[in-house]
Amino acid sequence: MKLAVLSGKGGTGKTFVSVNLAAAAGSAIYIDCDVEEPNGRIFLRPENLISKTINIKQPVFDSEKCTGCRKCVAFCRFNALVYVKTKPMLFSEVCHSCGGCRLVCPSGAVSETEKPVGNVECGKSGDIRVVTGCMDLGEASGIPVIRAALAEAPDTDDLTVIDCPPGSACSVMESIQAADYCLLVAEPTAFGLHNFKMVYELVSLLHKPCGAVINKAGGKYTELDDFCCEHGVPVLLRIPYSEKLARLGASGQIAALSDSEYAEMFRSLLGDIRREAHV
Amino acid sequence: MKIAIPVNENKSESSICVSFGRAPYFMLHDVEEKTTKYIANTAAEAQGGAGLKAAQLIVDSGANILLTIRCGQNAAEALNAAQIKIYKADGLGVAENLAAFLEGKLAPMTQFHAGFHGHQ
Repeated sequence: MKLAVLSGKGGTGKTFVSVNLAAAAGSAIYIDCDVEEPNGRIFLRPENLISKTINIKQPVFDSEKCTGCRKCVAFCRFNALVYVKTKPMLFSEVCHSCGGCRLVCPSGAVSETEKPVGNVECGKSGDIRVVTGCMDLGEASGIPVIRAALAEAPDTDDLTVIDCPPGSACSVMESIQAADYCLLVAEPTAFGLHNFKMVYELVSLLHKPCGAVINKAGGKYTELDDFCCEHGVPVLLRIPYSEKLARLGASGQIAALSDSEYAEMFRSLLGDIRREAHV
Repeated sequence: MKIAIPVNENKSESSICVSFGRAPYFMLHDVEEKTTKYIANTAAEAQGGAGLKAAQLIVDSGANILLTIRCGQNAAEALNAAQIKIYKADGLGVAENLAAFLEGKLAPMTQFHAGFHGHQ
């Protein structure tokens, strides 16, 4: 089963829930798609790391061959090319590497070069295969690194946990594309609910079955529970705020591996998810 | 010398548009010929890269100067490569800004914003 763990707001506990579910499963694959700040490895501490550089293709224009017909500029739907003086000028962070400019050029003036945008690191943490996508600083899009990280997960009966980026934009969409089930982690606050609604809308649009985990639960705010109830989103787990969990997290420990009570809590959550997802 | 200004309407009473890439029109004023024309900004509805597409329009219009309230980094880079100088408009009045520029009272723009990418 491919399980995507996501949240609208950052810092709600995606990585906390993801690494604990992988640990509770025993044998699992954990993929960190939060490529701007992949933190799962801080807890899982994978060993025997192998790192691969991820490149994207970018067009290069030969001014000797370019006739100035501008077919490439007109074709680019992302407007990444501007024709200035004698040849197209590329705005690389706007380019989506589609290769269209090279295809439409009638004079063979466009070739492609590779540009590194990040790396994917694979290692093992006990029986958990840990895949970490890391985007290079200053890059505009994490999508190529996310795709490469997801490609490291073979089809398996084992649990695959996809730790998603925060928010509900393109990078999250890419991360949950292949998921069988989406687990939405949220805090019971007005801000938490606002962003929860956005991810809920996204997973609904993509027709993904989903359930919720309410982290730092137990306060007076009930609107998040009300929303889940109204929309038929099962709340699979409520994790009350506890100093013990905060201490374990701050020291880089995985609760399910350090404490039998939490191990049972996440095993039970995993069972509920499997039941909900019919996998 | 041709001066381009992003404007809200294609008529002389129009105000300057606060957006460069998504302005509905560009006014093109030829200082020597004393003529003014308006070009529709086909970039205004672009999903992404509106600033760059608008910069292409300005480059192709033959303008030497752009007077604008704000301008993105990418558009500025394209305009710079085409040796079009960017000046910061002061207020929304078109005639006032044209006069101020010709009297040398407008400053070259030095701050360029990053892309909005769907955010407001």
